Amino acid sequence: MLNDKTAIVTGASRGIGRSIALDLAKSGANVVVNYSGNEAKANEVVDEIKSMGRKAIAVKADVSNPEDVQNMIKETLSVFSTIDILVNNAGITRDNLIMRMKEDEWDDVININLKGVFNCTKAVTRQMMKQRSGRIINVSSIVGVSGNPGQANYVAAKAGVIGLTKSSAKELASRNITVNAIAPGFISTDMTDKLAKDVQDEMLKQIPLARFGEPSDVSSVVTFLASEGARYMTGQTLHIDGGMVM
Amino acid sequence: MADTLERVTKIIVDRLGVDEADVKLEASFKEDLGADSLDVVELVMELEDEFDMEISDEDAEKIATVGDAVNYIQNQQ
Repeated sequence: MLNDKTAIVTGASRGIGRSIALDLAKSGANVVVNYSGNEAKANEVVDEIKSMGRKAIAVKADVSNPEDVQNMIKETLSVFSTIDILVNNAGITRDNLIMRMKEDEWDDVININLKGVFNCTKAVTRQMMKQRSGRIINVSSIVGVSGNPGQANYVAAKAGVIGLTKSSAKELASRNITVNAIAPGFISTDMTDKLAKDVQDEMLKQIPLARFGEPSDVSSVVTFLASEGARYMTGQTLHIDGGMVM
Repeated sequence: MADTLERVTKIIVDRLGVDEADVKLEASFKEDLGADSLDVVELVMELEDEFDMEISDEDAEKIATVGDAVNYIQNQQ
């Protein structure tokens, strides 16, 4: 389905990003596994992809740093020569109440979760415009739609990603590049395991499908958005949240 | 000059699908040759590749006509 396509997945060493990288590879894509800190985990993902008979490389880059991103794109092109799919997944949380939130907690989250998406989008656009085709999939969050106390920075960034998705979709549509966002709800990962048990129980009550999501619930939708079947969709945000926000 | 103009003209004709006769030095990409903003960005990208040079965003913004492009390239070489 995605045979010989090249996909870059940011923040792909674990969690949702890892699952996305593996799913895209399962569908035939060669994958650039971007990571910022955990080289060993990134290499595990690379090995797993190679064992499926696809190509993969791990590339360290801080998405909030334009130079890092530029170097990642150069490396990608030197190894694979095309960039067909970009999944902007890298993200962090620094939760705090607004009254207690420090400036660097705000800045770090905005820089990685929002500016990082801009940096990577800008960097792949040249190649995708030349190719006259491309798929950009941005990982937002359901809280970017609904809001969430204690996550003003994260919510602002994720809502920003939805706006950025729409603008890039309109700018790039004429070059056959589609840009869509996904908004996962509560997905079980390292990031959500940190939440207190009572918070988790409270969230479960709000999910009509009555379970937390798994990374594979998200990556299957990303694989669809990257596929030929999603060719007439752009600028959309798909909620993958068990019905939490309708 | 002639060579640069020839190469620039070829790129413009290919990219914008205009008639070679319309690609005059004073022709504006947007007003005379029907380019939109993204077309101009792409033209600049192709000129970079063709002439093996980097054109900064600041300089690219000043390139509005065929003549601007040809002059810019010649000044850089």
